[in-house]
Amino acid sequence: MAADFPDLIDTRALRIWIDDQFNWVVINFGEELELAFLPVLHLLNGIEDLLLWLPWYVVLVLISGLSYLASRSYAVLGGTALMMFLLGFFGMWEPAMATLALMLTATLLAVIIGIPLGIAMSRSDGLQSGMLPVLDIMQTMPIFVYLIPFVMLFGPGKIPALLATIVFAVPPVIRLTNLGIRHVDPEVIEAVTAFGATPRQKLFSVQIPLALPTIMAGINQTTMMALSMVVIASMIGAGGLGYQVLQGIQRLEVSRGLLAGLAIVFIAIIFDRIAQSYGRKMQQHLNTGG
Amino acid sequence: MSRKQTSEQPKIQIKNVYKIFGPDPQAALERAKQGASKTELLEESGHTIGIRDISLDMPAGETFVVMGLSGSGKSTLIRHINRLIEPTAGQILVDGDDVLQLDEQQLLDLRRRRMSMVFQRFALLPHKSVIDNVAYGLTVQGVERAEARERAVKQIELVGLAGFENQFPRQLSGGMQQRVGLARALATDAEILLMDEAFSALDPLIRTDMQDQLRELQATLHKTIVFITHDLDEALRLGDHIAILKDGELRQVGSPEEILLHPADDYVERFVRDVNRGRVVTVGSIVEHIPTLRLPELDPQKASAQLDQADGDTLLILDDDSRPVGAISRRFLEANAGRSASWWQDSSNLDEVHTVTRDSVIDEMLPYVSGSDTPAVVVDDEGQLVGVVTRSGAIDALAKVPEPEPGEPAGEQQERASA
Ligand SMILES: Nc1ncnc2c1ncn2[C@@H]1O[C@H](COP(=O)(O)OP(=O)(O)O)[C@@H](O)[C@H]1O
Ligand SMILES: [Mg+2]
Repeated sequence: MAADFPDLIDTRALRIWIDDQFNWVVINFGEELELAFLPVLHLLNGIEDLLLWLPWYVVLVLISGLSYLASRSYAVLGGTALMMFLLGFFGMWEPAMATLALMLTATLLAVIIGIPLGIAMSRSDGLQSGMLPVLDIMQTMPIFVYLIPFVMLFGPGKIPALLATIVFAVPPVIRLTNLGIRHVDPEVIEAVTAFGATPRQKLFSVQIPLALPTIMAGINQTTMMALSMVVIASMIGAGGLGYQVLQGIQRLEVSRGLLAGLAIVFIAIIFDRIAQSYGRKMQQHLNTGG
Repeated sequence: MSRKQTSEQPKIQIKNVYKIFGPDPQAALERAKQGASKTELLEESGHTIGIRDISLDMPAGETFVVMGLSGSGKSTLIRHINRLIEPTAGQILVDGDDVLQLDEQQLLDLRRRRMSMVFQRFALLPHKSVIDNVAYGLTVQGVERAEARERAVKQIELVGLAGFENQFPRQLSGGMQQRVGLARALATDAEILLMDEAFSALDPLIRTDMQDQLRELQATLHKTIVFITHDLDEALRLGDHIAILKDGELRQVGSPEEILLHPADDYVERFVRDVNRGRVVTVGSIVEHIPTLRLPELDPQKASAQLDQADGDTLLILDDDSRPVGAISRRFLEANAGRSASWWQDSSNLDEVHTVTRDSVIDEMLPYVSGSDTPAVVVDDEGQLVGVVTRSGAIDALAKVPEPEPGEPAGEQQERASA
């Protein structure tokens, strides 16, 4: 192996400079940042506490009911109820609720951030061409890379885990909001313009409703990506099912890893079903008006 | 719909409007003004001429049809009126207001209250019910939902869709969807209706229905309608005036008859060649002069003198109010030369005449002249004489491939003929 690429610049110096800059931010603003993100932590803890405070059968019924409302299918209802039951049966109820809370909070915040960004992107070609490569990088960057700065800023814990999850999961909802709005039939847009609709009226009466199925697909992807982050997030203190997997690895307990892994899969299937059914229903509504 | 217009001011005026699509329209505009053709400009610099130097006056309360083949700039032209497209050069006036000078709020107001639009492919809101689609223009204006829906229901009834209020557009046929589009446009009570190939996407039978319905509505509403079409029959059925575009240029403007009888150039002529003129050309536009004599003055000598002087075969007899009461031919004159003065004063002894009003079309009067040498007599609304149409005159108008007449406006020619 010839490692003879010439040293054009001193990369070590560059790296040190970057690290120094970041350290300076951490030292000077670490506390303020932590304070600023405290509400987010409260939200996450609130959701987790709620899920754990509710009796397990109530949560089971609520989520199964949600899946039925979305799909109108008894098979989906039965499948969901069974999988929720198995979570508890495997002894994974508590970590599952922690994971669920992290996933829901991350998705909620990603949607709150992502939809306005997607809307802004859909209205400006300049912003779109600036954002698309950033989104590409965000999605291809190895997940671990996100952990470093967040851990340095906040120390290990739920806040960095949540923030890293949001950063990782937010691109699809931004992307598909942008795409959905841009793909709204230009003739319909022209018609509402001809009737004197303001940009705001256009957005809320036409663009968002017609883009909703696409936006829902984005939310679905965001949910799945948030879930896929839980194992890694648990390495910096997120707890939940990811932590069970991690312990399985550390203690070489195949069973623990397997059960926790299955629990993650169940949650993924349940929420994928729910989101997809909602998306399909909306699409149908647009196509047939039914 | 009451018309504010009292003066002769056109409702919509388009003045020397150019629209050029491409990276540098102003530069291309110079080239276009120097006379570069549409193809030249496209090959030179990738600019497309949408419309070139169009000036049109559209009178209030009329249906003004803009006709041309696909790509001739019709959609581009109509979109200048509500400023969906900004001109590269020129002026657009609505009720005398320069549309290009309007600020944002005034422009919204123009689109909300003073004009509305119907689209070729309907462009309904797929996620809203029929009633909410029709009410859309009103909700945009800020009308309360309940009131907007109430007014929408009336429009839905007007276009014959009562009972379909809660359906969604996809559940309706094309013709019904366009009725929704029409109701949506009518709901805002705007005085101007812009219709871009509104019926082109419909089946022929349904299209004819819609044309009839539009004519009925227009008879009571008196909107100023700008109607775009590529179909000459449709243009002739609906248009009070027709403008013909080719490659973004205005080739001719005129009434349907002017276009049929006096096409401005070869292009228009080829366009109108195959039209059944009998359904369009009114007798008023092909009347001929005929010698006349008033009944009280009628006696064989005077009649004979009058015929000689005019070198004609038929003399038309009028009452004191210029209404035709009968006709006399030379043969009739010879046969009855010896009759008494009182016999001549009895109009029932004269040859009968058939009268038609000046706005009947040739097809309607053809039966009266086809079997006889006596011309049909054309009268105005009061029954007074306008002129006559002879068999040969009618046949000429139907058969002749009209000559383009350079230098002589078609309108004037017609005035003279009917004077
Ligand atoms: N947005 C646009 N960009 C570039 N060229 C256009 C645009 N809109 C129309 N054109 C061109 O302008 C010409 C007139 O188009 P249009 O007004 O749509 O014609 P019509 O409605 O008569 O079919 C055509 O050559 C068309 O290609
Ligand atoms: Mg068009």
